Amino acid sequence: MAGTLAEKVWDAHLVRRGTDGSPDLLYIDLHLVHEVTSPQAFEGLRLAGRPVRRPDLTIATEDHNTPTLDIDLPIADLTSRTQIDTLRNNAREFGVRIHSLGDADQGIVHQVGPQLGLTMPGLTVVCGDSHTSTHGAFGALAFGIGTSEVEHVLATQTLPLAPFKTMAINVDGALPPGATSKDIILAIIAKIGTGGGQGYVLEYRGEAIRTLSMEARMTVCNMSIEAGARAGMIAPDDTTFEYLKGRPHAPEGADWDAAVEYWRTLRSDDDAVFDTEVTLHASDLEPFVTWGTNPGQGLPISATVPVPAEIADESERVAAERAIEYMGLTPGQPLREVPVDTVFMGSCTNGRIEDLRSIAKVVQGKQKADSVRVLVVPASARVRLQAEAEGLDVIFKEFGAEWRNAGCSMCLGMNPDQLAPGERAASTSNRNFEGRQGKGGRTHLVSPLVAAATAIRGTLSSVSDLDLPDDVDLTSFDGTPLAPLDPGVLVQV
Amino acid sequence: MEKFTTHTGVGVPLRRSNVDTDQIIPAVYLKRVTRTGFEDALFAAWRSDPAFVLNQDAYTSGSVLVAGPDFGTGSSREHAVWALKDYGFRVVLASRFADIFRGNSGKQGLVAGIVAQEDIELLWKILENDPGTEVTVDLAARTASAQDVTVSFQIDDYTRWRLMEGLDDIGLTLQHADEITAFEATRASWRPLTLPAKTLPKVEIEAARPAR
Repeated sequence: MAGTLAEKVWDAHLVRRGTDGSPDLLYIDLHLVHEVTSPQAFEGLRLAGRPVRRPDLTIATEDHNTPTLDIDLPIADLTSRTQIDTLRNNAREFGVRIHSLGDADQGIVHQVGPQLGLTMPGLTVVCGDSHTSTHGAFGALAFGIGTSEVEHVLATQTLPLAPFKTMAINVDGALPPGATSKDIILAIIAKIGTGGGQGYVLEYRGEAIRTLSMEARMTVCNMSIEAGARAGMIAPDDTTFEYLKGRPHAPEGADWDAAVEYWRTLRSDDDAVFDTEVTLHASDLEPFVTWGTNPGQGLPISATVPVPAEIADESERVAAERAIEYMGLTPGQPLREVPVDTVFMGSCTNGRIEDLRSIAKVVQGKQKADSVRVLVVPASARVRLQAEAEGLDVIFKEFGAEWRNAGCSMCLGMNPDQLAPGERAASTSNRNFEGRQGKGGRTHLVSPLVAAATAIRGTLSSVSDLDLPDDVDLTSFDGTPLAPLDPGVLVQV
Repeated sequence: MEKFTTHTGVGVPLRRSNVDTDQIIPAVYLKRVTRTGFEDALFAAWRSDPAFVLNQDAYTSGSVLVAGPDFGTGSSREHAVWALKDYGFRVVLASRFADIFRGNSGKQGLVAGIVAQEDIELLWKILENDPGTEVTVDLAARTASAQDVTVSFQIDDYTRWRLMEGLDDIGLTLQHADEITAFEATRASWRPLTLPAKTLPKVEIEAARPAR
């Protein structure tokens, strides 16, 4: 029978098929762990006297709580320090591998899996973090889980899961200059809504998706959860295989060949039927920004703040009124005239090396607007090292930005990187919820290119607002590729 | 997990859509390593507003939350469910829930019942016109009643069964440990293992310093 990509991966992990309305039991290939959603799960194991069933399919890192300054000093916030110490103690007690602050592979969990070559096509990947959908960019079935489920996976390496529906999202054509994969996903969420994906696994398809780099695909899948979806996936292809080959945990030799042969079968069959299909034309897109307090409240940057009185649906009108009031905007105000106080460049959505390169290309040789503070936070320590090897850190510092250590940082403001009440940010992260980046803070979600242009002009801007030379190609990244990995220099720790 | 059959308690009308888990419990409250004690964190940003529904005497002791569509979107934090439970909520009714929130509720004995939006509006009117009205939630019958109105709600059969029996998921799964072991024996050799760990050689990470 013809199947979709998601159904194929699901079926390959069936430990047992549910009967009489009970869910299927699925095997989990890779469990990523961080400090915030795991302490109560390990405590549950301890109380029940259960071990971690497969420490060799589990990996932990510290990201949500970690400071991005003074990482060699004791963590100043005592509750944060306790939570991180708890993770370290749990990792030691249960035999789980951990990459701690100061380690080159410390960083946001959704960057650490891919950079180590642990994230691969055809896997099931879970983490107690909703942005686990990121790993779907490799053709893995990857989703966020709650702490009870974290404990369940630690104890059994499986999860009971209810069946999902499938949605094909076709993005055809080519992106215009200045638009990025971030704008694709923001446009998709604006189109289908924050609840549009509920119960679905999304599969992103079409020419505009196929031509994206691996990291750009990760940005798209990352925000699947913002459309309410259980997961987002992209069928693996040569772009995927090239990204993976030679990474520390990528298969080698005959295993590599067998893996690639299997991975090439991981695509939706031509006659597969999706429960729902949605189509977008990439050529219609322009840089997107959010104006409201959920990621579906976004518009092209050339638009104006909506006028609630013109919204027919009552629930949407009330939500828009509330959002506009919270955001301190005026209905009808051009988005390009909205001044910002802070620009945050980072997160599991847009804190990767390609994002940093594209920002550097825009800001090189320029000065940030005086009124704006600019934070650049790489997704992982490895990304930071790579950026420094390419001299990007120097470009950022000369621009007037702060060059920080790796972590989730201001995306959710669990560490000291927060917005003050009323402070307005253009942020390359994924959520513009009320108070997400700090109590009373106001967030506009943007692409790295819009963030860079906004940091220069001080108001929401796209690169077309800048006086860039005509020959600057912002869609191709000519920085030195990630240092080629020689398996001979790998160390086992 | 405590068994759930019926519950009667004060209904709280929350006329907001897209109540995300950052609103239910902001990230700063997630640093605790315990599973209880989150009642003060529930709706933390809104609790400072005297007009907020839970700050009105009639609703303060509420245990049945009647919310707008797309409740529990965003972050997977189970702390959102813990905070609701610690405050005293046993049931949340809404026309749509985010998947992860709904799943987390089922694991923790919080009933997340899906009610048609027109029925939510009906309940809102009753609870607003007569603050302090109690709602009776019958999980076996899948109904919620307030005054002379009874609405039905949806919850999947498996979750309902587990809630009514108070069953622990891990215990249920471990009944199939043999099947898990058998599945593991078929796992292809290219599939990754995190141990033994492989990385690039150790590199010193320079600490960023505060701007002067």
